[in-house]
Amino acid sequence: MSNPPLLDRFADPALISTLLSKLLVQPARTLRFMEVCGTHTMAIFQSGLRSPLADKGIELLSGPGCPVCVTAQEDIDLALYIASDPQVTFCTFGDMMRVPGTVHSLSDLKAEGADVRVVYSPLDALTLARQDPRRRVVFLAIGFETTVPAIASTVLEAVQEQLTNFFILPAHKTIPEAMLLLAKHPELQLDGFICPGHVSVIIGEQAYQPVVEQGKAPCVITGFEPLDILRGIGGLVRQVEEQTARVENAYSRVVKPEGNPQAQSMIQLVFAPATVKWRGLGAIEHSGLALKPEYQQFDIRQFYREFSPPPPDPRQSKCRCGEVLLGKIKPPECALFGKGCTPDEPLGACMVSQEGSCQAYYRYRHWEGANAGQ
Amino acid sequence: MCLAIPGQVTEIAGPLAKVDFGGIRRDIGVTLVPEVRIGDYVLVHAGFAIQVIDFDEAQRQLELIREIDQFDDTPVREELPSDV
Repeated sequence: MSNPPLLDRFADPALISTLLSKLLVQPARTLRFMEVCGTHTMAIFQSGLRSPLADKGIELLSGPGCPVCVTAQEDIDLALYIASDPQVTFCTFGDMMRVPGTVHSLSDLKAEGADVRVVYSPLDALTLARQDPRRRVVFLAIGFETTVPAIASTVLEAVQEQLTNFFILPAHKTIPEAMLLLAKHPELQLDGFICPGHVSVIIGEQAYQPVVEQGKAPCVITGFEPLDILRGIGGLVRQVEEQTARVENAYSRVVKPEGNPQAQSMIQLVFAPATVKWRGLGAIEHSGLALKPEYQQFDIRQFYREFSPPPPDPRQSKCRCGEVLLGKIKPPECALFGKGCTPDEPLGACMVSQEGSCQAYYRYRHWEGANAGQ
Repeated sequence: MCLAIPGQVTEIAGPLAKVDFGGIRRDIGVTLVPEVRIGDYVLVHAGFAIQVIDFDEAQRQLELIREIDQFDDTPVREELPSDV
C-alpha cells in the first residue's frame, strides 16, 4: 500500500513555482501573517517557502500553536511532581520528555528510575492501566482541539471499563481564544492568520468567526503541503487587498464547514471551558478545558493538592520564549538562541519541541539563510 | 503535535480499525468518525482517526489551482483511487 493517491500533487514542484509566481502579487507593503500552528511552521521551513515569500513582501510569524511550548511552567512542574511519585506510571507524548521544568525534566526523572513512558496515543496509557490495576496510570493531557477528542474518547472508554486507576493531568488549550487575543494585540499589527489545519478538522470554520468579527483579522484554513500553504497565503493577500476579514477554507478535503460534530460532542460531554494560563500569553478566559464534575474522578490533581511550584530558576528568566510565542520577536533575536539554548541542551520549551519556533529556526538556520534570522 | 497522517482502513472491529500507513499497520480508534468504511483513507492523530479524507474535494482543490496554472494539462482524475 502506498501513500494516498492524488495528495502528492499538493507538493508538485512545477505547480508550486507557478502558483508562487502567479497567485501572489507583490503587495504594496510588507504583510505580516501568523502561522498559528507549529506543524505549519515546520512545513513552511521544509518547503523552503519562507525566503521566496519574504522576497515578495510577506513576513511569516510563528504563533502559539505548539502545545508543549505554551504549557505553563507550573503545569510542567506539577507534571514532574506527580511523575516522581513511586506509585505512578506517568505517560506522555514524546515531545514533553525534555521540556525543562524549574529543576529537571521528565527525561531526567526517567533516568533516575521514575516510571515515565512515552506513548503514541492515550489508548496506550489505558492499556497500561488495564495491565496493572495496582498502579496509578497518569496521562499528561496536553494539546489543542486536534488532540482533545482522543483524550475524551479514552476517558469515556475508561468509564465503560470501570477502570479506577487511569487518570489524566488536564492541560488542554483551545486556539480561537488565543488568536482573538493576538488579533487585538496593539504591538503585533497582524494582517491575518493561517489557521491551524488539524485543529480546524475538529472545530470547523465557524469557530474563527470571533477572530474575523471582533479581531478584524483575515483567516484562511489550510493544509500542510506547499500548495496548501501558498493557496492559504494567496487567500490572505486577497482579503487584505479587498480590505475585508472573513474565514476561508482552503483545506476542504478534510475540513468541513461544521468541523467534526462527533468529536465536538465528545469534547462537550467530558470537558467544560476553563480559564487557563499560557506561557507567554498569560491567563486567557475560556481558553482551556477542565473535566466536567461527573468526570472529576479522572483528574489526578485531586491527589496532589499539596503541590506548590518551586521558585523560578534565574537562568530560565532570560529565556524569551514568551515573546517568541506572541510573535513579538523571532527566535534569533533571543540572546540565548544557539548560545546556551540549543535542541541538545534546551533552556526553553520552544527549543525542545519538534514544532517549537526556536527549534524550527535553529534546524533550518543554514537553509533559509539570512531571511530566517530577520 | 497536531501532526496528522493519512492511512487506509483495512478492517473495522468496534471502536478500533486496522489502518495501513504505507505498509505499516496499526490499530486506530475510530470513535470520532462513525461514518468510516473499509477502504476509506482517514487522517490519524494520536491514535485516532479524526476525519475521512474527501478525494472529490481534493480533486476540486487541484482543479482550482490548475485554473491559475493554465499550462498544467496533466489530468488528475486518473490518479483517483479505484475504491473512492
